[in-house]
Amino acid sequence: MRVLMFGWEFPPHISGGLGTACHGMTQALARQGVDIVFLVPSLKGDGKGMDAHLSLRSASGTKVRRSTARTIETLNEELWQRRIQVQHVDSLLFAYATQQSYALREQAVREMRQHTQRCTVPHEEEQTLTLRGDYGADLLQEVQCYGQAGAALALQEQAGRGFDVIHAHDWMTYPAGMLAKKLTGKPLVVHVHATEYDRSGENINPDVAAIERAGMLAADVVMVVSHLTRSLVVQRYNVPPEKVVVVHNAVSRHDARQRYDVPPLCHKEKRVLFMGRVTFQKGPEYFVEAAAEVLRRMPNVRFIMAGSGDMLPRMVRRAGQLRIGNRLHFPGFMRGAEVDRMYAMSDLYVMPSVSEPFGIAPLEAVLYDVPVMLSYQSGVAEVLHNALKVNFWDTHEMASKICAVLSYPKLAAAMVKNCREELKTITWDKAAAHIRAAYARVCHAGG
Amino acid sequence: MPAVCFYFQVHQPYRLRHYTFFDIGGSPFYEDVQANCDIMLKVARKCYLPMNALLLECIRKYEGRFRIAFSLSGTVLDQFEEYAPEVLESFQALAATGCVEMLDETYGHSLSFLYSRESFRTQVAEHRARIKSLFGQEPRVFRNTELIYNNALAKEIENLGYDALLAEGADHVMGWRSPNYVYRPQGCSRIALLLKNYALSDDIAFRFSNHDWPEYPLTAEKFAHWVHAMNGSGESINLFMDYETFGEHQWEHSGIFEFMAALPEYILQNPDFCFKTPSEVIASKEVRGTLDVPNFMSWADAERDLTAWLGNDMQKDAIHALYACQDKVLALNDAGMTRTWERLQTSDHFYYMCTKWFADGDVHKYFNAYGSPYDAYINFMNVLADFTLRLDALYAAQQATAATTIQA
Repeated sequence: MRVLMFGWEFPPHISGGLGTACHGMTQALARQGVDIVFLVPSLKGDGKGMDAHLSLRSASGTKVRRSTARTIETLNEELWQRRIQVQHVDSLLFAYATQQSYALREQAVREMRQHTQRCTVPHEEEQTLTLRGDYGADLLQEVQCYGQAGAALALQEQAGRGFDVIHAHDWMTYPAGMLAKKLTGKPLVVHVHATEYDRSGENINPDVAAIERAGMLAADVVMVVSHLTRSLVVQRYNVPPEKVVVVHNAVSRHDARQRYDVPPLCHKEKRVLFMGRVTFQKGPEYFVEAAAEVLRRMPNVRFIMAGSGDMLPRMVRRAGQLRIGNRLHFPGFMRGAEVDRMYAMSDLYVMPSVSEPFGIAPLEAVLYDVPVMLSYQSGVAEVLHNALKVNFWDTHEMASKICAVLSYPKLAAAMVKNCREELKTITWDKAAAHIRAAYARVCHAGG
Repeated sequence: MPAVCFYFQVHQPYRLRHYTFFDIGGSPFYEDVQANCDIMLKVARKCYLPMNALLLECIRKYEGRFRIAFSLSGTVLDQFEEYAPEVLESFQALAATGCVEMLDETYGHSLSFLYSRESFRTQVAEHRARIKSLFGQEPRVFRNTELIYNNALAKEIENLGYDALLAEGADHVMGWRSPNYVYRPQGCSRIALLLKNYALSDDIAFRFSNHDWPEYPLTAEKFAHWVHAMNGSGESINLFMDYETFGEHQWEHSGIFEFMAALPEYILQNPDFCFKTPSEVIASKEVRGTLDVPNFMSWADAERDLTAWLGNDMQKDAIHALYACQDKVLALNDAGMTRTWERLQTSDHFYYMCTKWFADGDVHKYFNAYGSPYDAYINFMNVLADFTLRLDALYAAQQATAATTIQA
């Protein structure tokens, strides 16, 4: 089995859970003997030193021959105008945007439009595609550019070693998946890690939703990360339910787990952690409100909101307004060892997400023996039964349960113990087995 | 002449309301009055009233040949009086027939035998007084909460003057022996032991409406046939089960009522067989052997042990904290506080905290109003924290008054 995989994030270049999930999944698939060619927007380094079964390719820097470029360009136009029905590729698009950041980005886009169009075909034998590979203001252009690179790679791979399945992760790569399917006739699996409705609630970006819908309808299998997302995909995108397969995410075990000590001066304090993007989807404001209520009852608690995002300034202001700034800390975006250390020092991890298709972070918290509280609106709640659960909007209940975990040591101990056991059954190897089964089905069905 | 001995357990706990951490110190109201009332009315309508009417009719029809026993917990009696007095009247009507024996248990359906002999005795005495005042009977037979049993319990019950007690006929205790005989507990000289025939009991209580069961559907004729097959290899077939089996666990449309209405006739078709209450069994059958049960057993789950209530640290923590209040509760001797303390002892509160999801999880979930065992523990501990605060305050006030009196 050889898979052409399209993804937007891959470690060490991560913005969120998507890269972590792609990494864990591909490692497990590779262990099980699946060959994967993984296309990322741009690659820092050469991508060497990977598993023998897994090779990384960069979309940026892809050289496309003029004749090929024409074919792709024609298909591409048809795809975007007829099937996705997005006219303005240089629109104001940002993956995790809100109204506030929109105005700021407008300026950036205006400047950008003056630059030459990077994806048009110049009058040379060969063109080179360039992508930055982030979630910048010109994301939709990048997505289109990535799509062309993906198409070129598909043709190249088909002419070379060949492949059996196309697997595209999240909407940024769906156009690439659709083009590749059109050009090669290979079955397409789209993997829904999140939808526009999760990210933006009702204020969706219609262009992104259109890409998602087109991708899901074109796919042979729509793979989703939870039953929660399954019902969303069926209801909001009208995907036939029989096409949807649930594959829960997992967590990769760290081999060397360092021990972190809490400074003696802080021994009498308890720490409650929020870690993630500070955006609408993650429900940071509910954490802040719950923190205020807890602090009225239990002053000796510290709350940490680790992460960045467009709602961060509002959260800092709200903390000041509630006069809890000395107890609610904003250390910013964390990576690597800082993340591990943060988990290890916490007495409780809270994920109050408004709409979380899965949410790997709580599983990472469990790795550090930290008890976990989740919102019922998160997919990970389907696999982590030994976590406390609340409705994201019920800050009173959230606060009450935070107090309970910090006050009743047997509770935290029992949760940690049972979660640790449960985590043994939540593995990428199990997820990879489900994915392989889905591959086998589509390949078989396709002849 | 083998006897069929029916005993039905009737119990409802006082469920706690959603009591948050922020209610601690602020609210002394712990019970979910609405839920308790709703559930009582629902179960009365689906089970207690129709089943009592059915049994009363059977008793009249067979003119004393159909006989049964009940054990009603103190908490269910209190809730009958509060929410469904007509149910209590229907039980009184049954008791008045002379064909129904009332058994004793702990008032609060508690695990007190395991943690406080003193509270245990108090609760047994309370229950005894209550049964006498409501039904005019002085029970001669005892059954402990969830049939929790060991040698020490038997000794205690013998010392309290009872003639017999009931226990689970668990395989790991019985070995090759049959539960269909009267036994004497190890270390006792007088008291008799009746053991539940769990195979036949569970055919009715658990498997009756299970379509995957090869014997489905179970008819009264078939069941009577199985009972009759015990002729010669047993003297008392003890069918012990929750009374809520009828109409609540096994729904009306499963045919459970028709089954029970038809059963006496089929059982009595064989002239060798009769119905007896526990007291009548031990009066007419000899003790056939001694049973040594050094470790606790119960009728719960596949394990038939205590792990449904005391299997994890949360359960142990909660119950230890609860019984740590005992000295102050006794010293204070306040009727309201004692009653609350007893109701918090009801075994159901600890059952809700059970983390044995996998093998028996389905049964646990059915009886659990909480989303998870953690929620159950949190709620209970919040209530207990409030109770302890109030207890400490009242106790301190009492001590202060006592000190002033002495000084004066």
